[in-house]
Amino acid sequence: MAGVDFSVFFRSQSPSRMTTAQTARTEMDSSAEPAQRRIGADTAFRLFVGACALLVLVALGGLVVLMGVGGHKAFSTFGLAFSFTDVWNPVADLYGALAPLFGTIISTLIGVTIALPLAFGTAFWLTAIAPPRVAAVVGTAIQLLAAVPSIIFGMWGFFTIVPFMARHVQPFLSHNFHHVPGIRFLIHGAPFGTGLMTAGIVLAVMIAPFMTAVMRDVFAAMPAMLRESAYGLGATRWDVMWKVVVPWSRSGMIGAAVLGMGRALGETMAVTFVIGNVTAVGWSLFAPRSTVASLIALQFPESPAGSLRLSSLLALGFILMLLSFASLALARLLRGDRK
Amino acid sequence: MMNETDPQVALAVRNLNFYYGQHHALHDISINFPARRVTAMIGPSGCGKSTLLRIFNRMYDLYPGQRATGEVMFDGVNILEDSLDLNILRARVGMVFQKPTPFPMSIYDNIAFGVRLHEKVSKSEMDGRVQDVLTRVALWNEVRDRLKAPAAGLSGGQQQRLCIARSIATRPEVLLLDEPTSALDPISTARIEELLDELKEDFTIAIVTHNMQQAARCADQVAFFYLGGLVEVDSADRIFTNPRQKQTQDYITGRFG
Repeated sequence: MAGVDFSVFFRSQSPSRMTTAQTARTEMDSSAEPAQRRIGADTAFRLFVGACALLVLVALGGLVVLMGVGGHKAFSTFGLAFSFTDVWNPVADLYGALAPLFGTIISTLIGVTIALPLAFGTAFWLTAIAPPRVAAVVGTAIQLLAAVPSIIFGMWGFFTIVPFMARHVQPFLSHNFHHVPGIRFLIHGAPFGTGLMTAGIVLAVMIAPFMTAVMRDVFAAMPAMLRESAYGLGATRWDVMWKVVVPWSRSGMIGAAVLGMGRALGETMAVTFVIGNVTAVGWSLFAPRSTVASLIALQFPESPAGSLRLSSLLALGFILMLLSFASLALARLLRGDRK
Repeated sequence: MMNETDPQVALAVRNLNFYYGQHHALHDISINFPARRVTAMIGPSGCGKSTLLRIFNRMYDLYPGQRATGEVMFDGVNILEDSLDLNILRARVGMVFQKPTPFPMSIYDNIAFGVRLHEKVSKSEMDGRVQDVLTRVALWNEVRDRLKAPAAGLSGGQQQRLCIARSIATRPEVLLLDEPTSALDPISTARIEELLDELKEDFTIAIVTHNMQQAARCADQVAFFYLGGLVEVDSADRIFTNPRQKQTQDYITGRFG
């Protein structure tokens, strides 16, 4: 039998390449010894993949422990107040996390708020309206945009958005709105161009392609028949989008938003370029601020080992990590109440 | 040749051709759909019967590259005209699909959705409408206590009856059914077939089916399609007992397809 001949050939060459049928024949034809060897290989493989999976837990635990232990000195010196103090003064050796945390949270919120409608609109257009060929081109462009390294966005923000904000947006806003009570405090400040709003815009441009890609997959997974059912009742694109597509893809969209938020929370280079790096808390969205990640990046190299300053930076890292976990947990929670 | 303005004809198709891009999917179809009768469209997969169904509510308009030429007269208007208001057409020509497609909302809202698109109705009027259509599809007694529950919680057969209720809630004149029972068990299928008998008192029904027995049981008129062409259309009795064309005979007796 030719089949048997082949299986013998394969066994002597490379057992792992045998198909199931060949394996079965081999085991019927030969003694128990090779079968035992295969069970041994199976066990080894199972241990290997199990170890890979366990490594994830070890890495995660290691990170938490490293940040926690490293930041212990800061936490024990300042106590819980560390999280609520807006002082970051290396000269006086006084540190608090409030200013960078504030910068991180507000710039992230601005970024996600701008990126969400952008990503939603693009994804909906790509899946429901654009001609397939155009959708393919734009889709590829979005993937390329998502692959651009963040430092490129940082330089682009620095040379394009910052001057634009300084020369046009801020003068325009302060000229037209500086008497409006509800808005004045949001736009207060000298026109540096750097600040939370600039960082938020750069973050939005960074995370929008990524969120678009995720949302596009979510929309594409929606059965065409469901969409057609809504159109079939005489619904407009607007009705279909708001009443059928959005509720149906709600959990996927929350997922996309949280993934984008996670990227924005930890984004370092692009933000460091455009946020101005002043550790302060205030209402103005156009004043220079700093974020957790930008502060760590800037001050880490000049913080001596064992210093309170280094410990404070590690403590900041610890809090940032908790923040990311919290955003994930929030996503779970929001998705959980889906019927 | 039937009279174009015959009130007994709901849809009059003349010299209809359909293209998926370069692919010529329907060849010169001419057929009448009698008002308040069930017309079944049969034929092997890919013969163009679903394509024809999707022309009647211009569903193909959602997809670039698909186009139809010829004439489909509905209430004195050629529905292939570009100037036609599709939303109004689709309110007058309802459609039910191969699989139940409940919207991600409550049973009540599934029905109210289509009504709200076209009419301003009061809460009590809407309640009445919901009860009315659910009663017509024999679903009212099963769901009256959980109208606010998500429609996704219903069984497949119940979901499909809900989809039919949803389609008739906008008070269409024509109901298009694209293999409506292909995803259902025999009992649910039987209930939907019974339902068609009642619905045809008020609606003109066009149903695509792969099930010969279903066509024989439900339809007044049967059209046999093959390779994008209409081979034969006649009364159900005639088609299943004494068809004119040999191809039809071969298909209904299971010799091919």
